[in-house]
Amino acid sequence: MGILKPITEWATSPWGQSVPIHVAWFLIWVAAIAGLLFVIAHAIYVRYFAKPSRFGPDSAPVILAQIPEHVHRHSLTARIFHWIMAASMFTLLFTAFLPRVAVQFDWVTYHWIAGAVLTISIVFHMIHASFFLDFWSIWPDKIDLRDAWRRTQRFMGKPAPPPERFAKYPLENKLYHGIIIVAGLSAIVTGVFMMSRVRSTFFPRNPYLFSDMTWGMMYVLHGLAGVGLIGLITMHVYFGIRPEKRPITKSMIFGWMSRDHFLEEHDPSRWVIKTAASSQAPTEALPED
Amino acid sequence: MAVIRDVMPAFELLQPNSITEAQKLLEHHGQEAWVLAGGLDSFDWLKDRIKKPQAVVDLSGIEELKGVRATGDGIEIGAMTTLTEVVNNPIIRQKYGLLAQAAELVASPQIRNQGTLGGNVSQDARCWYYRAGWPCYRAGGNICYADTPESRNREHAILHADRCVAVNQSDSAPALIALDAKFVMRTPKGERVVDAEDYFIGPNIDITRLHILRPGDLLTAIRLPSAWADAKFYFEKIRDRNSWDFPLLNVASAMMVSGNRIERIRVAVNAVAARPLRLKAVEDAVRGKSPSATTGEMAGALAVHGAVPLQFNAYKIPLMRNLVKRAIGGVEEARWAS
Repeated sequence: MGILKPITEWATSPWGQSVPIHVAWFLIWVAAIAGLLFVIAHAIYVRYFAKPSRFGPDSAPVILAQIPEHVHRHSLTARIFHWIMAASMFTLLFTAFLPRVAVQFDWVTYHWIAGAVLTISIVFHMIHASFFLDFWSIWPDKIDLRDAWRRTQRFMGKPAPPPERFAKYPLENKLYHGIIIVAGLSAIVTGVFMMSRVRSTFFPRNPYLFSDMTWGMMYVLHGLAGVGLIGLITMHVYFGIRPEKRPITKSMIFGWMSRDHFLEEHDPSRWVIKTAASSQAPTEALPED
Repeated sequence: MAVIRDVMPAFELLQPNSITEAQKLLEHHGQEAWVLAGGLDSFDWLKDRIKKPQAVVDLSGIEELKGVRATGDGIEIGAMTTLTEVVNNPIIRQKYGLLAQAAELVASPQIRNQGTLGGNVSQDARCWYYRAGWPCYRAGGNICYADTPESRNREHAILHADRCVAVNQSDSAPALIALDAKFVMRTPKGERVVDAEDYFIGPNIDITRLHILRPGDLLTAIRLPSAWADAKFYFEKIRDRNSWDFPLLNVASAMMVSGNRIERIRVAVNAVAARPLRLKAVEDAVRGKSPSATTGEMAGALAVHGAVPLQFNAYKIPLMRNLVKRAIGGVEEARWAS
């Protein structure tokens, strides 16, 4: 437990056992400041030091010619899920941490309701993504890893072939999604158990479901996931409003991205668009996510 | 857990002579400061070595905080005025008898001689799991030891529990709410005046405090407006030992009756939730009706709406219903037929 000591608060239980009770609240500021520093550092890097992206050769003209003006990226269902998840996530963060920085309001009820909404939406997303979307599109593949190495080499000034254009999601998106899965599921699973400690409509109260130590670790994990999400959401919002990323943000609102952006960033052979050309209708791409 | 009940931890004793000086000291020491009024709550914490403040700000030398003064619209009672002085003050006895009744029922004569009105309304929760130093929600932990099937929770909350089920056990608080008192505070941003009912907060707002005072804040006085002077008052406190005990439940009402109709009324109860509750629904329901047993019975039923008993405090629901009934209809009127 030594590693946890500096970032957690401990107490002595009635049975004389030293148990963790929750994460140390200074981590809220650590996460917020870390997120802010990342934003500032990245913005400075992009503004003054970053070189233009260079990718490998374009796809064959015959393939490019089939790309429609509006490339479908997110179905309406996926977009609705994303924004419900965003609303519940913001509600959870604000209701969890504003009271810790002296903004007082009746936060518990809003917090567990938002948590229930998030849990339901995540369960829906897992089913939807597993059976109705291209499940593997969000997971890193071999080309991603190879290109990541190439990009790193080129960043260090060493010779390496240019990376290929991205599939549907760039590697950064995929890694972010992976981290969000870890943080989000940690918060959700522990949060569901913690519901048994408050009066809600879901479970009868049972504070003795686990031992004090297990409960303590659960609160710590919930808190660590929560403060982690402060930094992660800060970064997500930042990238969502960056000029070069706005086509992606717009696609999460309108469902499509422009042909120009698609050709600039994505590889049609890695993100196969089922164009209407293949079904004799040349102007629109068909939903495939 | 070892509990030492005789030797207090070392702290710096600060004895300011003015409100301004006290407020500056509190602001300077922030969360490490402890406000000492009569000491009846403080010394329990300190002698049990559960609270270990770096600095104790003793208010006993500040004359501005003591005594009862007439104002343009009623009276102002200094926060350091003792409960005995409140009980014996002729203006309070004559015009605000409700407060005198409530203060007279606090603890024992010795405690009333030492205890202050400000301390009585600002005292911490008396839940023994919390007072024993266990790491419960109110102490910053993640569990309520009083809200389990095995807990001794006879004295605990039946309304507005939110993780913590401790109650506010001030006797003067519901009387002050019924009298529409204003609480005057000195904060780092200046003077702040709030309605009595807004001085108290439940665990849904802040689970670690029973009132709105934050580090650096100081309750300086309580003002009673003339609007409720000479009203028809009712105060009743139920406790295990009539000689000296905290309330299991208390009720206070101030009523203006005209032509056997309740023209204006304020009713508050305490020891049923973490804050004293003003019963606005009851006030609205009985306004315009006669102060009779029938009205009281209706008011009592309305008062306990939404009550959720714990394992050992279900008795508080009929108790609260009956006390509210008596507060509206009077003791004789409210006698049950059965």
